[in-house]
Amino acid sequence: MTTAQPPLRSPPDHRRLIVKLLALVAAAFAFGFALVPLYNVFCEATGLNGKTATKIGVGGLNAPTAAGAAAAPASRIDRNRIVTVEFTGTVMPGLPWEMRPLTGRLDLHPGELHQAIFLVHNSSSTAIVGQAVPSVSPGQAAQHFEKLDCFCFKQQTLAPGETREMPLTFIVKPEIDADIRTITLSYAFFNVAESAAATGSAR
Amino acid sequence: MSQDHPAARSLDRSDDAAPPHAHTDGAQHAAPHGLLRWLMTTNHKDIGSMYLIFSLFMFFVGGAMILAVRAELFQPGLQLMQPEFFNQLIGVHALVMIFAALMPAATGFANWQIPLMIGAPDMALPRINNWGFWLLPPAAVLLMLPFALAVFGIGDGALATGWTFYAPLSVQGGIGVDFAIFAVHILGVSSILGSINIIVTIFNLRAPGMTMMKLPLFCWGWLVTAFLLIATIPVLAGAVTMLLTDRHFGTSFFNAAGGGDPILFQHLFWFFGHPEVYILLLPVWGLMPHVLATFSRKPVYGYKAQVYSFIAIGVLAVVVWAHHFFTAGLPVPALLYFMYSTMAISLPLAVLFYCWIATMWRGAMSFETPMLFAQGFIVLFGIAGLTGLVLADVAADAQYHHSYFVVAHFHYALFAGGIMGVMTGAYYWLPKWTGHMFDERLGKAHFWLTVISFNLTFMPQFFLGLAGMPRRIPDYALQFAEFNAISTVGAFILGLSQLIFAWNVVKSIRGARNGLPRADERVWEGAQGLEWELSSPPPHHSWEVQPVVK
Ligand SMILES: [Cu+2]
Repeated sequence: MTTAQPPLRSPPDHRRLIVKLLALVAAAFAFGFALVPLYNVFCEATGLNGKTATKIGVGGLNAPTAAGAAAAPASRIDRNRIVTVEFTGTVMPGLPWEMRPLTGRLDLHPGELHQAIFLVHNSSSTAIVGQAVPSVSPGQAAQHFEKLDCFCFKQQTLAPGETREMPLTFIVKPEIDADIRTITLSYAFFNVAESAAATGSAR
Repeated sequence: MSQDHPAARSLDRSDDAAPPHAHTDGAQHAAPHGLLRWLMTTNHKDIGSMYLIFSLFMFFVGGAMILAVRAELFQPGLQLMQPEFFNQLIGVHALVMIFAALMPAATGFANWQIPLMIGAPDMALPRINNWGFWLLPPAAVLLMLPFALAVFGIGDGALATGWTFYAPLSVQGGIGVDFAIFAVHILGVSSILGSINIIVTIFNLRAPGMTMMKLPLFCWGWLVTAFLLIATIPVLAGAVTMLLTDRHFGTSFFNAAGGGDPILFQHLFWFFGHPEVYILLLPVWGLMPHVLATFSRKPVYGYKAQVYSFIAIGVLAVVVWAHHFFTAGLPVPALLYFMYSTMAISLPLAVLFYCWIATMWRGAMSFETPMLFAQGFIVLFGIAGLTGLVLADVAADAQYHHSYFVVAHFHYALFAGGIMGVMTGAYYWLPKWTGHMFDERLGKAHFWLTVISFNLTFMPQFFLGLAGMPRRIPDYALQFAEFNAISTVGAFILGLSQLIFAWNVVKSIRGARNGLPRADERVWEGAQGLEWELSSPPPHHSWEVQPVVK
């Protein structure tokens, strides 16, 4: 790298160094984009960050996983523990729906099969397609929160003024950390058409 | 810029070797005059001056924005502005100060000093150098244009998400976000061009005999900075590009509706954001030992230790980013890793502090303005480091996160560490650049006013943060009123004191007309290095014959 040549009038050839540095720039740019799939793989593999291992419908980045787990229902129920599961739901801006859990909270033994129902209402005068996105907190609980069937697995279409009960069947697996006593499952409902279309500023 | 060499423009090195001091400027070149000269210049000194003037101007622009914010915070309640406008001001203030004031100041130093210090005739890539500068003004305009557009009823103003662009807020924001994204793209290209230029210059144009381990520490600091910029700015560019496509082209990188994840944005942003702190500070850490050695009349203590510390900090910088969002719900092993790796940075930093103090130890110290700023820098930047350790503690951070404690901490790092460090360098080199001394009494007044009003502004913010006042809000609970009033008074004194600096620079440029003495080659009694062997100001083309370093 350093100057071995005589000092002046023969300007050193900078081109090789410039090419190397530009390659570094390109590599850093690519690295930024490579972090996206890496991050998703990491989060799904570990269940960290509240990403539950489920299918998500709309052209998402998440590959469907854990389909096989559904075949193995609660083999073992841990009757010595009680875990509280809380349900909440929000509708994101741009979707004229209302949503609330019929079941606010459930006390259950890990390993038991349970169902929770959300009431979703389309308060507009048009049919709209929505997609619910789940999130589990604390994040460490996500990998042990098994959704066997969920309205969030596919897009939901509600007719004008329609109200529908949307069910969720799940198991909290017995392997869940002993110090987790409360799990919160929250859904955010998005307007599929709006988020898929190339919308500008939503405000 | 000096008045002695009105014309010469190009890097025309075809003329035969002349002894460095005998090369007279101007006459033999037919070069453009006036504005065109500045637009087309490829001379490192011209470009350095343009960077520094731009930086000073934007420093006052960013300062004016935050004074409006502080005025609003003088009392609880909303007096002067709506929360939306407040949000725009804080975000644009940060972007202006970081990208348009501090970074160009450091690049201006690099342009002026690196060729002089390593005995090179100019920067290695002079045309790219010109581009690097002229990308900055359009980017600054883009960043702030939405303010003006909103006045005419177009859009809803500038970026209102804070400078961090966090998704999903930034996915939903108005046109200000788009303007800021493009501004960041342009600024990023500018700093990558600058970085490539600096690396090539340092690697290829050093005077014969100047090995890497004889390279002046300022150049070492900048070398590590340049590599950090190349490694992290493209990641930021990628992140804001993803944001742009999420906003307009239906992708879902950060949009949860499509399976994206807002936390991913925080990872990408801070992968750039934490190294950015060292990008701002490494040039200052580089120049500090030069100033301390000069005014202690002693050689630099621990040259190698400082070089290795720079490199260690550069490496650690890219693996600690998540300490900026400990509260976002990271898993415990990740929290522990990011906590300990962050704290590990304090080790090389402590080495630097040790070397700075050891350089002064038992020296024949004198306290001219640059040395005063260096002293202020060491003490106040030390406070930034210590409070940073507190924030790096995961357990403590849960309380301090997003509070005014954080605001106070990073202003000790970036105003006392960054701006006061830049002031140190500016006063140190100003006579070399203009050929005249500055007004020492004004310089001392500037220092004392700055140091007192800086602490008046930001010390209360530590207490506000400890008491629980969140940052980025235009209104606050009554119990925070006194400290906020003090902070606002301090901020106005601090802001106005900086006008003294601008006036002092003008006086030094006007030189004899303001009755200031000429500066000789060495300027300061104890100054060491190649740059002090050239006249003050140096000839327009310097080191045409490279010196030989023994
Ligand atoms: Cu950081």
